[in-house]
Amino acid sequence: MNALARHRALSRIWSSEPGWRGVISTVNHSDIGRMFLLVATLFFLIGGVLAMLIRTQLATPHSAFVAPAIYDQIFTMHGTIMMFLFAIPLFEGAAVYLLPKLLGTRDLAYPRLSAFGFWCYVFGGLMLVFAMLAGLAPDSGWFMYPPLSSSAHSPGVNADFWLIGVTFVEVSAIAAAVEICVSILKFRAPGMSLDLMPIFAWYALVTALMILMGFPPLILGSILLELERAFGFPFFESALGGSPLLWQHLFWLFGHPEVYIIFLPAAGVISTVLPVMARTALLGYRWVVAAAVALAFLSFGLWVHHMFATGIPHMGLAFFSAASTLVAVPTGIQIFAWLGTLWKGRPRLTLPMLYIIGFFLTFVIGGLTGVMVAIVPFDWQAHDTAFVTAHLHYVLFGGFVFPMLAGLYYWLPQITGRKRFFRIGEMAFWLIFLGFNGAFLAMHWVGLLGQRRRIAWYPEDAGWTAINLFSSISSFVMAIGVAMVVFDIALHALLAIRGSRNPWGAGTLEWAMPTPPAAYNFASIPIVGDREPLARDPELANKIARGEYFLGAPRGGLRETLTVDAASGNPEALVIFPGNSTLPIALAAATGAAFLGALIRAYWIVPIALLFVVGLSLRWGWSQREAAYPGLQNVGRATLLPQAIDTDRSPGWWGSAFLLLADAVLYGSLFFGYAFLWTVGPNWPPPQWLSLSVLELALGLIGAAAAAFGLHVAARAASRGASLWRGLFVALAGSGMTIAALAMTLTRAGQLTDYAYGATMFVMIAYALIHAAIAAIMTSSLVYQTLRGGAACPRTSNVNIVRLWTDYAAFVAATSLIATQFSSYLT
Amino acid sequence: MDPAGPAAARIATLWWTMLAGSAAIFALVMLLLLIAYRRTPAPHQSERRQERFWLYGLGLAFPLVTLAALLIYGLVLGETLLPKSGEKVVTVRAEARQWSWSFGYADAAGRRTQGVLHIPAGRPVNVEITSLDVVHSFWAPRLAGKLDAIPGQVNVLRIEAAAPGEYHGVGAEFSGPGYSGDAFTVIAHDAAGWDAFLGRAKE
Repeated sequence: MNALARHRALSRIWSSEPGWRGVISTVNHSDIGRMFLLVATLFFLIGGVLAMLIRTQLATPHSAFVAPAIYDQIFTMHGTIMMFLFAIPLFEGAAVYLLPKLLGTRDLAYPRLSAFGFWCYVFGGLMLVFAMLAGLAPDSGWFMYPPLSSSAHSPGVNADFWLIGVTFVEVSAIAAAVEICVSILKFRAPGMSLDLMPIFAWYALVTALMILMGFPPLILGSILLELERAFGFPFFESALGGSPLLWQHLFWLFGHPEVYIIFLPAAGVISTVLPVMARTALLGYRWVVAAAVALAFLSFGLWVHHMFATGIPHMGLAFFSAASTLVAVPTGIQIFAWLGTLWKGRPRLTLPMLYIIGFFLTFVIGGLTGVMVAIVPFDWQAHDTAFVTAHLHYVLFGGFVFPMLAGLYYWLPQITGRKRFFRIGEMAFWLIFLGFNGAFLAMHWVGLLGQRRRIAWYPEDAGWTAINLFSSISSFVMAIGVAMVVFDIALHALLAIRGSRNPWGAGTLEWAMPTPPAAYNFASIPIVGDREPLARDPELANKIARGEYFLGAPRGGLRETLTVDAASGNPEALVIFPGNSTLPIALAAATGAAFLGALIRAYWIVPIALLFVVGLSLRWGWSQREAAYPGLQNVGRATLLPQAIDTDRSPGWWGSAFLLLADAVLYGSLFFGYAFLWTVGPNWPPPQWLSLSVLELALGLIGAAAAAFGLHVAARAASRGASLWRGLFVALAGSGMTIAALAMTLTRAGQLTDYAYGATMFVMIAYALIHAAIAAIMTSSLVYQTLRGGAACPRTSNVNIVRLWTDYAAFVAATSLIATQFSSYLT
Repeated sequence: MDPAGPAAARIATLWWTMLAGSAAIFALVMLLLLIAYRRTPAPHQSERRQERFWLYGLGLAFPLVTLAALLIYGLVLGETLLPKSGEKVVTVRAEARQWSWSFGYADAAGRRTQGVLHIPAGRPVNVEITSLDVVHSFWAPRLAGKLDAIPGQVNVLRIEAAAPGEYHGVGAEFSGPGYSGDAFTVIAHDAAGWDAFLGRAKE
């Protein structure tokens, strides 16, 4: 088979359906990645228009451009869109598009999950856009502090759009994060050990782990606040045992890591692009990886620096102030590693490099003002002024948008296979750069003069008029620059001529393929022994196309790739991917219907939609169940590998483990809230405790133990090929007992929810009940598979997945029962 | 940036110090960036030596030393700004709501003022801050930093005006549609004026 025939055969197998059907049924990472990038850019433009409205309002004193009621919606939506609908999805899009190409594989771990995440994002974003067009957009500021966002002070549906719409979008972020983690750890080219991974993959891995740990506190906060708004559970109502500060803690537990979730991918782009522009390798690869990991760890220890003015004791503030200044160290290491790389090499002044220089100028200023506001006394003055607005734009625009524009112009030839010939991009850079600095340098100044953020008007005698006008005009200059970038890209896509394959002389694998890339990425999966395989072997691309490496022989119409050992990169198993499917969009629509039902308070929709969600999920799991071929498979180069689904820990197991990590963080946040209200919340203890019921406790604990034990037995039986019946029976009975015990406790807690304590008990038990139900449903599906028998008989890998979920459900049931039943004895 | 009390003055000094330091660091980074484009790279410089200079030196040691110094400065300063008890300390109470401020006085029980806080000049004042509805923040920029007004909780802020006069104050945490106009005035009296205010209050 020659290279062309191989290309045709693989294209037939991997290509999406033509036309509109292709859009809704594609599961290919290149398609999904491009769709993510496109939609995120659209949201960036919407958010940018809102920003221009804000600057129009503030250009003159006593502005009557829009009324405060509308203005509040505008700035709330500007922040919300830029954070949740632009920055995070743009990272997801870049990672989804690039990672398999950088890692030398053919697709991400769960192609259908990528599509599901994308559609959740689109539907959630549409909800928020609809709210805005209808004049019902959230208006309490993007951090939604209660009681302002509680039903007493925000009676309309506006805040619900935020809580439910944003949570829906976060589902998509969690899905993408699980996918990115598993893909980077398991789906790489053979031989690519962790140490040889492209630096962007390290950054993406750290970022994805941060999403898994950082988003759950906000998801929990949103659930609690929505429960307060809809059903009067008073978590944030101080008179009833709650505390408004609980929201601030949960929000910033998410909100600060979020800043680094946004910055790290951008730093990954710089660490990739800058060395290529300097014609050398990155200085201190291991230092940079360590710095990224350190940044991730530290970022979870400094959320309180957003709360310096809330009356927390000074000793507590000292700790968080120290942690906040400490993050400047790993940031500094990266900055100096990049500067050192430039010194080491022979830097060129190309368009991507221009944007990176723009990044250096702005981000260093943002970092320095960041250190300033990390110093407690200064923050007491600067907090909630335009100084902070200016600081955060220097960090986010300087630290994210500039690098992403550098990345855009760097990878554009890879995505389109064309080369630029107009110099619009350079002009646009200068407009954006000068406009940005004009707009936001001025804002530091006016903030120090006392201008608060989020004001809709200011008096003439404040002396801020000229500065604000200058800032507004500069921001419009910047907007023109952004419009020119969009125009440049459009021209590029329509008119530009074909370019060469590796125009920058880069060394990573995404340039070792024809451009624009084919749906299957690599005609054969290369063997990697170097951080820059393409630099070492210029013939690599041709060898890949000639099928000299793994899986060079397409067969059976199946989408195949390899998994590797996470650390060493030794090939481990053959993976067969699912093909095009409309299941993801259907599941996203059903999930969206459940959210929408809760949003418009038509609660009868929710259970119906959830039934669809369960049904579609089971179907999803089903269609993956059977392997195509029995036994060991020849994957080329005389290598025999088992299929991933026949191994003990299939990709599904890894995905479950990462998803449960996020789930456990949510559960941990719930305990944090419980402990916080107990120790810090005013008006504690509650008037009435949940009394101890020995029956519920004993039934629940025995049931949880039985469920876990039953699956332990079943998993052992499955690995020996013995009958699963005994284990499954015990597990199912155990789950039933747990569900009964939890339901009884829930009924009693349900009578106490007019006080924060009882409401917390209720949520804790409800959480355990949901997980017990998930475990029971999954066990039942194993029972069904066993009943059908034959080839459908459950594989060890499937039993292991159910076992993982059941163990977690048992742990949650036991801990939540103990925490609630004994609470009256803890006083 | 026109301090009228010891707290605001010390924070202003902190700001000018940090601004000077930041400008120096910024200039250094820009210089290094510029030189990268101007120089011809030295041939055969060992990677190890470069790492030692860029990463151990500039990346690790330099920020650690600078930040430690700044942090200690900030913490010691923060400690001096805290509300401590003392003989001369006057206690007042500030209650925020959407969108007005109401003030009470420990030295004159029952006396309340709306939108105007009276304090003695030259004496430390502890403001006990709370809220009746949503989260607000008490901020008189020329006198001290800000502190949040949180329902169900009382926070204490130390302010002091060096000289008698009128000072502008605002609610500084977004609190809904009336936020932009949410302001109050602090009037600092001389000793005689303060006695008169309290005396009038006793009537």
